[in-house]
Amino acid sequence: MALIEVKNAIRTYNMGEETFYALNNVSFSIEQGEFVAIMGASGSGKSTCMNMLGTLDKPTQGSYYLDGVDVLSLRSDELSDIRNNKIGFVFQGFNLINRTSAIDNVCLPMIYKGIQEAERYKRAKEALKIVGLEKKENNLPSQMSGGQQQRVAIARAIVNDAPLILADEPTGNLDTKTSIDVMEFFVNLNENLKKTIVLVTHEEDIAQYTKRIIRFKDGKIVSDMKKDKQ
Amino acid sequence: MIDFKSTLRIALNSLKVNKMRSILTSLGIIIGVSAVIIMLAIGQGANKKVQENLESMGSNLLTIRSSSAKTGGVSMGLGSKPTLNIKDLSAIRMQARGVESVAAVLNSSKQVMYGNQNWQTTVYGVTSSYLYVKNYEINLGRSLNPKDELNASKVAIIGSTIEKELFGDINSIGKTIRVGNVPFKVIGTLKSKGQMGPMDQDDLIFIPITTAQRKVFGVDFPGSVNQILVKAKSLEETQIAQSDIEEILRRRHHLGKSQPNDFEIRNSAEFQEKMKSTVQTFAILLASIASVSLVVGGIGIMNIMLVSVTERTKEIGIRMAIGARAKDIRAQFLIEALVLSLIGGLIGVVAGIVIAILIGVFFETSILITIGPIILSFCFSGIVGIGFGYYPAYKASLLNPIDALRYE
Repeated sequence: MALIEVKNAIRTYNMGEETFYALNNVSFSIEQGEFVAIMGASGSGKSTCMNMLGTLDKPTQGSYYLDGVDVLSLRSDELSDIRNNKIGFVFQGFNLINRTSAIDNVCLPMIYKGIQEAERYKRAKEALKIVGLEKKENNLPSQMSGGQQQRVAIARAIVNDAPLILADEPTGNLDTKTSIDVMEFFVNLNENLKKTIVLVTHEEDIAQYTKRIIRFKDGKIVSDMKKDKQ
Repeated sequence: MIDFKSTLRIALNSLKVNKMRSILTSLGIIIGVSAVIIMLAIGQGANKKVQENLESMGSNLLTIRSSSAKTGGVSMGLGSKPTLNIKDLSAIRMQARGVESVAAVLNSSKQVMYGNQNWQTTVYGVTSSYLYVKNYEINLGRSLNPKDELNASKVAIIGSTIEKELFGDINSIGKTIRVGNVPFKVIGTLKSKGQMGPMDQDDLIFIPITTAQRKVFGVDFPGSVNQILVKAKSLEETQIAQSDIEEILRRRHHLGKSQPNDFEIRNSAEFQEKMKSTVQTFAILLASIASVSLVVGGIGIMNIMLVSVTERTKEIGIRMAIGARAKDIRAQFLIEALVLSLIGGLIGVVAGIVIAILIGVFFETSILITIGPIILSFCFSGIVGIGFGYYPAYKASLLNPIDALRYE
């Protein structure tokens, strides 16, 4: 069974008299272990799609199954648990909590999962080691470069062992060299840790790191291409 | 599920980040709690003081006075018609139930003299039991005894004000003073009882009632007295004693069923109750004024927490995105508010005690600090924290994660 199963998803916004279709009858599925880029111009519906995949938003119509669970039927607390256990978020603006050390940021998802303190720090250290920041664990976000902050965010995304990583423009605030580092890191996560990664980007060369590109335009999927395995 | 310790740590951390603001927010609670403690300390101090004063007046007392005389339509005030006499006294002592001790008084204002000093004071002709009934204690010399009464001896016991005014530093015992024109030998001095409202309880002289009747006041009716004091055996028995006395006196004064009493009985317990409840009201008034500031402090907390929620909208969004439930967010902000108010409460308790003690020392007022108000105001600060922290916390938990994440 596919990890992500979206069928006939429609998301509308009422803008005064008119109804705006952010997602207009979108269907796709993503298998376990895929590395997918969602592309499109702004307003194409890619962010709406991302929010839906991240269970932060619900489609007006249609269905969304994540790991076999009907997301639309869940209550808000159950959605929180889904986000906590099954999804790791990586954002464009890193979204670390300010004035909180790197390791405490990484610990956060485990606090909400109810993991004991000693175990939390042990796992957070492991996650920071994976992203190569074991020496920066007590640094505050303001004391780190953008690339380092994004790696802390990635550590936070993987620390709860979520099968799915959702990355929303993860390189949007980074320079080219750091972007390459981060993308190689995602490739590594996908290939070695078998994480399913969905990332939103509008840059073609970033999308080239992925194995499948879904392009959105005006709330519809205009192309869905899988790259041949090399 | 999120454990309390982690929530507490998150809350403490964000309070530490905004140190100055946290302190200022707590200040409202600090002031509120210390105000409650100070006011209650003052109120209870006053209560204690009144209590002591009431005890010095004598407890379980019934005061019987002659009713007012009307002379040509002009009411002369209580005690102006001498309907009570010394025989009523012995009748009450013999017949009324619940009576521990009885005393009679015949008093009048007189000029007293020693050498070339003189002083206007109230001279009390009393039975020897009077000093006991009214809780007067002898400082030097001796008290009046039944023999003085029997012999109508010209002996006097003087209050400390008289002693100071007439004798200064000279020992007064054995000296002769003149009351009106009658010489009296000072046999004792009284321990000071201090002021009772505007009344100086030490500005008086006691002489035997018989002496007063026969040699000083020149009463129209032999044996008459102004007041009879009855000390009941206990608070409960004052009621029984009161009704017995009323019955005895009505019978002795040959009053018909339709005639009103020609005397009046006052129960000190009633007066004491009234006094106590007045002071109590005063204490409650002070405390409620103080607790208003505690509530104002709570509003301060709510205000800052609302600002804090708005400011940290993005943080809330991040937390929700990585799996915080609504109740986790609520708990975080609620605990933050609670910590603010409890820290404020703790500092307020210490500040309140210190300031109350300082007030007691500098203004020489009686201060009473008990554990009750301390616990009460500390708990109240916690309740204020939860009460006023709930709305901001609830508001935070209702945020939509997408909007919150987008917030800059």
